Amino acid sequence: MNTGTPLPTSAGTYSPRPGAAPVGRMIAAQTALETRMLLRNGEQLLLTVIIPSLLLVLFSTVDVVDTGAGKPVDFLAPGVLALAVMSTAFTGQAIATGFERRYGVLKRLGASPLPRWALLTAKTLSVLVTEVLQVALLTTIALALGWSPHGNPLSVLLLLVLGTAAFSGLGLLMAGTLRAEATLAAANLVFLLLLVGGGVIVPLEKFGAAGDVLALLPIAALSDGLRDVLQGGAPMPWGDALVLAVWAVLGLGAAAKFFRWE
Amino acid sequence: MNSTTLRDPRPEDPRALSRLPDMREESVVQVRGLVKRYGDKTAVDGLDLDVRAGTVTAVLGPNGAGKTTTIETCEGYRRPDGGTVRVLGLDPVADAAALRPRIGVMLQSGGVYSGARAGEMLRHTAKLHAHPLDVDALIERLGLGSCGRTTYRRLSGGQQQRLALAMAVVGRPELVFLDEPTAGLDPQARRATWDLVRELRADGVTTVLTTHFMQEAEELADDVAIVDAGRIAVQGSPEELCRGGAENTLRFTGRPGLDLGSLLKALPDGTAAAETLPGTYRITGDVDPQLLATVTSWCAQNGVMPDGISVERHTLEDVFLELTGKELRP
Repeated sequence: MNTGTPLPTSAGTYSPRPGAAPVGRMIAAQTALETRMLLRNGEQLLLTVIIPSLLLVLFSTVDVVDTGAGKPVDFLAPGVLALAVMSTAFTGQAIATGFERRYGVLKRLGASPLPRWALLTAKTLSVLVTEVLQVALLTTIALALGWSPHGNPLSVLLLLVLGTAAFSGLGLLMAGTLRAEATLAAANLVFLLLLVGGGVIVPLEKFGAAGDVLALLPIAALSDGLRDVLQGGAPMPWGDALVLAVWAVLGLGAAAKFFRWE
Repeated sequence: MNSTTLRDPRPEDPRALSRLPDMREESVVQVRGLVKRYGDKTAVDGLDLDVRAGTVTAVLGPNGAGKTTTIETCEGYRRPDGGTVRVLGLDPVADAAALRPRIGVMLQSGGVYSGARAGEMLRHTAKLHAHPLDVDALIERLGLGSCGRTTYRRLSGGQQQRLALAMAVVGRPELVFLDEPTAGLDPQARRATWDLVRELRADGVTTVLTTHFMQEAEELADDVAIVDAGRIAVQGSPEELCRGGAENTLRFTGRPGLDLGSLLKALPDGTAAAETLPGTYRITGDVDPQLLATVTSWCAQNGVMPDGISVERHTLEDVFLELTGKELRP
């Protein structure tokens, strides 16, 4: 009978009954949403899945980079895992958060019952979920290419977590201080520069004396540390872990201080 | 100026009768002497505002008058540089954690992930609340059923506005702040939004909205606060504002040369009467039903048939322009 406008809702539908959901449920919901947004975004997938996979396959099978003695995949797989962490925790997170800030998403969430710390927790969990998917995919590809990993998985896990913290801090710092377009450009540029100059596919020794400075970059510390463990079977590389920890403290500290929500 | 018959601009919703009368006297938003500066620009300059529980309050004002700054201070986004703000008895900044679950917020624009689908975003917002509304019913109610799977960036401006409105009410708040809720809506969507605000009011939800549309304020608001240059120029019901200050006009035609002196004696002080053209009469003053009755009975006594009798009441727009000036704002 009523064709155009919907019937008015019955009395009492909107009677106030306010209240926040339990914080655990809010974090779970926010994590699920953030992860869906990330996996639905084509540009993000290019960065986080397609580029690392292609680099791994390409340079493992075509001999264009001198990766030293041993199978190329044993050199490349740890570097590409480090790249995957950077692509998600730094580049992807910076771009996504930058545009969320630009489009008022962070502002609107700020007026919801979700506390800020819970939003940041959800963002971190969403990054970790994505990284688990990346690591599973890249490990599968690497194993198919004949990768034989060594070392203690716990050392690998610790390095990945420290790397995630370091890159998240830098990504959020960029997203919270620059305009969204500037973040988009800068995050991609940094990704490209660190891909080339961070020991991901090109060994740092190729850069001569500059290699010693480049070794202090978070991407270099992460790929070098992962390589020490996974390729060389070394015990925990504390030097690289320390470099990552310092970046994490500086990045997260600066992000906490300078992040602007609007 | 608008020629209308005398009417109540806001027909009462029958469901409103169930509301407790004393509840409406409580002040749920109390702003006293609010000052907010951005650099050397003073956006809000000693503003006072009261919002009674269960009412709809419209904050009107030209661009840059300080409407959004005021609303966003009440929402806890801005820290006042001076004065006090209490919302539901709480300090919006210091007590943010306690306040936020109780209020609904619709920003002037944005607020949604550009890649999120309309239904997905509303469902997510519902999950942040303990007792949310039925999401599907709300989607249908606001005519968003056809775009539940459309991502936000592909929605029309009107659909984006309605989604933001839905997000503001889905948590069953006590108090909603709507910043220009009908900007950019077509007339049908505007009506749907007005209906929703009326239903919120009938169910006891307090609404504070900003608008540029005088008609919107006249249709919806129990109270109108006109803001200009960072202060409240005037606050009151639409009827009070239209009656106060500006004069209203009653016109009729009859035979020429009527003795207006005898009419004026019967009318209250401050009323003026003139024959503007032969047989065309204009009475200006506080035109209320009593005055209309006095004029028609005077006509009857004098054997005059008042043809084309019309009452021109000042609209809010007249009041608004009178208070804030007619020149364009930068």
